[in-house]
Amino acid sequence: MSTVVETRDHDGHHGPAKGFTRWLFTTNHKDIGTLYLWMSFIMLFVGGAMAMVIRAELFQPGLQIVQPEFFNQMTTNHGLIMVFGVIMPAFVGFANWMIPMQIGAPDMALPRLNNLSFWLLPMAFGILVSTLFMPEGGPNFGWTFYAPLSTTYAPSTVNFFIFSVHVMGISSILGSINIITTILNMRAPGMTLMKMPLFVWGWLITAYLLIAVMPVLAGVVTMMLMDINFGTSFFNAAGGGDPVLFQHVFWFFGHPEVYIMILPAFGIVSHIIETFSRKPIFGYSSMVYAMASIAILSFVVWAHHMFTVGMPLAGELFFMYATMLIAIPTGVKVFNWVATMFRGSLTFETPMLFSIGFVTLFTIGGFSGLMLAIVPADFQYHDTYFVVAHFHYVLVPGSLFALMAGAYFWLPKWTGNMYDETLGKLHFWLTFISVNITFFPMHFVGLAGMPRRYPDYALQFADFNAMISVGAFMFGITQLLFLFIVIKTIRGGKKATPEVWEGAGDLGLEWTLSSPPPHHSFTVQPQVK
Amino acid sequence: MEIKKTVKNLLGITLGMFAFAFVLVPLYDVFCEITGLNGKVTGPSFLSEESQAITEQRELLVQFMTHNNESMPWEFDSERSQMRVMTGNQYEAMFVFHNKTSKPMVGQVIPSVSPGRGAEYFHKTECFCFEQQLLAAGERIELPVKFIVDPALPKEIGSLSLGYTLFDITDRIEITKDLAKL
Repeated sequence: MSTVVETRDHDGHHGPAKGFTRWLFTTNHKDIGTLYLWMSFIMLFVGGAMAMVIRAELFQPGLQIVQPEFFNQMTTNHGLIMVFGVIMPAFVGFANWMIPMQIGAPDMALPRLNNLSFWLLPMAFGILVSTLFMPEGGPNFGWTFYAPLSTTYAPSTVNFFIFSVHVMGISSILGSINIITTILNMRAPGMTLMKMPLFVWGWLITAYLLIAVMPVLAGVVTMMLMDINFGTSFFNAAGGGDPVLFQHVFWFFGHPEVYIMILPAFGIVSHIIETFSRKPIFGYSSMVYAMASIAILSFVVWAHHMFTVGMPLAGELFFMYATMLIAIPTGVKVFNWVATMFRGSLTFETPMLFSIGFVTLFTIGGFSGLMLAIVPADFQYHDTYFVVAHFHYVLVPGSLFALMAGAYFWLPKWTGNMYDETLGKLHFWLTFISVNITFFPMHFVGLAGMPRRYPDYALQFADFNAMISVGAFMFGITQLLFLFIVIKTIRGGKKATPEVWEGAGDLGLEWTLSSPPPHHSFTVQPQVK
Repeated sequence: MEIKKTVKNLLGITLGMFAFAFVLVPLYDVFCEITGLNGKVTGPSFLSEESQAITEQRELLVQFMTHNNESMPWEFDSERSQMRVMTGNQYEAMFVFHNKTSKPMVGQVIPSVSPGRGAEYFHKTECFCFEQQLLAAGERIELPVKFIVDPALPKEIGSLSLGYTLFDITDRIEITKDLAKL
């Protein structure tokens, strides 16, 4: 037998296996990246369908389509799936595909661990989604699962939810360990830390945030598990615990989590803007320092999510100023993106359109964040649709736009085929218009006092809610077009050159590889000047 | 090997942060004690020597509030809703517990003082909230709280509110008993 194997040529031996086992046992960074991206794409439609149920119910005042209990399950699972099942795994998919190619490595540092990190995820979401079909229904306490809603008053399926969070947390931590190890040990000779592509920088910082806060999330759900099943009283006032403690521990995880979902997006958008402006990014080192400062500050602002629970005035002021401080590094980044475009030879292909959309709309989300940071104002905004508008502006036209931009940007590299530019632009404009119809009016109803997470609302909010629902349906249907474009590109199209975009060859190592790249990205390490 | 070293360090950080989540629990209590957050009554049950040295007394209002946590069927009330007290003197306030149900139950009272900054100046020498109350079906008892307001209480605090919330912990006691049997 062994002689037969030895006579095979090297590439044939290492080429992708055939059929289902290729995906089940793969240790190849590109295959695992593809798996991550497809899983998050599927979860986007699952979580999106839940959003459609929410918007259908809220189209008119009164209860028409679903019962309040089910509505609560929809809001909860929509949030959980979009955060943990779409945005995070999609960025891990990009990391798997792009980091080895951008740092000149053949693969990730720990390929088998990489396989495990991915296959834990379908398990985690299988557990989570299965609760919806159980007699008691799925988690219904909001994606922030505040105690005692998630402990004393939770359906018994909360135990499935806790294990699902544990499994996805382990997956994230293992993935992050892999990414940091790859970046720190496998860079091409000559690529110093301050010569790394910004996407790699974004992910290095993100991965450190993940290993710092995912264990805290694991800790908080473990405390819940013990409160529910083993008679402890971490969050139960009757036993000497404190429900407010839950909020502190949760948001100690939760706020860095927000930046986990945006730092890789900053990286992707930086690459796209420099490529289509045909000049290197403005202020590279300030971009790196800005990301690092945002990450460090993210550990000292968590209580701005809980101004209304009762805090000493000094605490409120500290968290208000610390939060506002984050606007400075973020402002540096927005300034640098605009300065990169200034007097550049701009062209507006689909990735660039999504990136410009990102910069403008993410900034709107940032400004409403500043408004929310003001303590006296926050008492009015707290738990209204204004908050919903704010975080959807930073997550949908923020993180999701960056993901779509990155997908269009690197699809020709991944598949070897150019996507359909006309359809891509159509996708962008429909998305851009519908996203604003959906989320902009939420600011108005929020300021007028409409609370979040209710299946019904006062009559005065009816017109704007009908408008929001129409926008949401438009947005939902438009994403089917995205799915169509991606499949069409995979199946064929104009062949892409190794460089793909004019002048991109000088901007990153990934453009020096063929399109599609070889099975092992860099078998010989390139030399970086 | 470099890679092994990196992985070990990162696993170390992960385990450290998991432990940190649990360290946050006592840290939070310490933080609440220092700042008086949540009105946790933490002052010792006696006056410190510095406070005893203060001879100047002043009058202030102490108010009592009783709440039943949801689904707690007992009657729980204070005999008087408020008292005028002098700092440095000991007072006694009586509270009524009445188990109106037809089964024995265990209750636990959780105290809270507001404003939070006043909590550390409120010294309880005796309180039913230090222990659990087991009441037979239909049983009615009166229990005292004995307290001293510290003469060192900041001038701007003109009144203190003592809030008591009564929790039904019958089920929890049974869980603990079940666990003890294991």
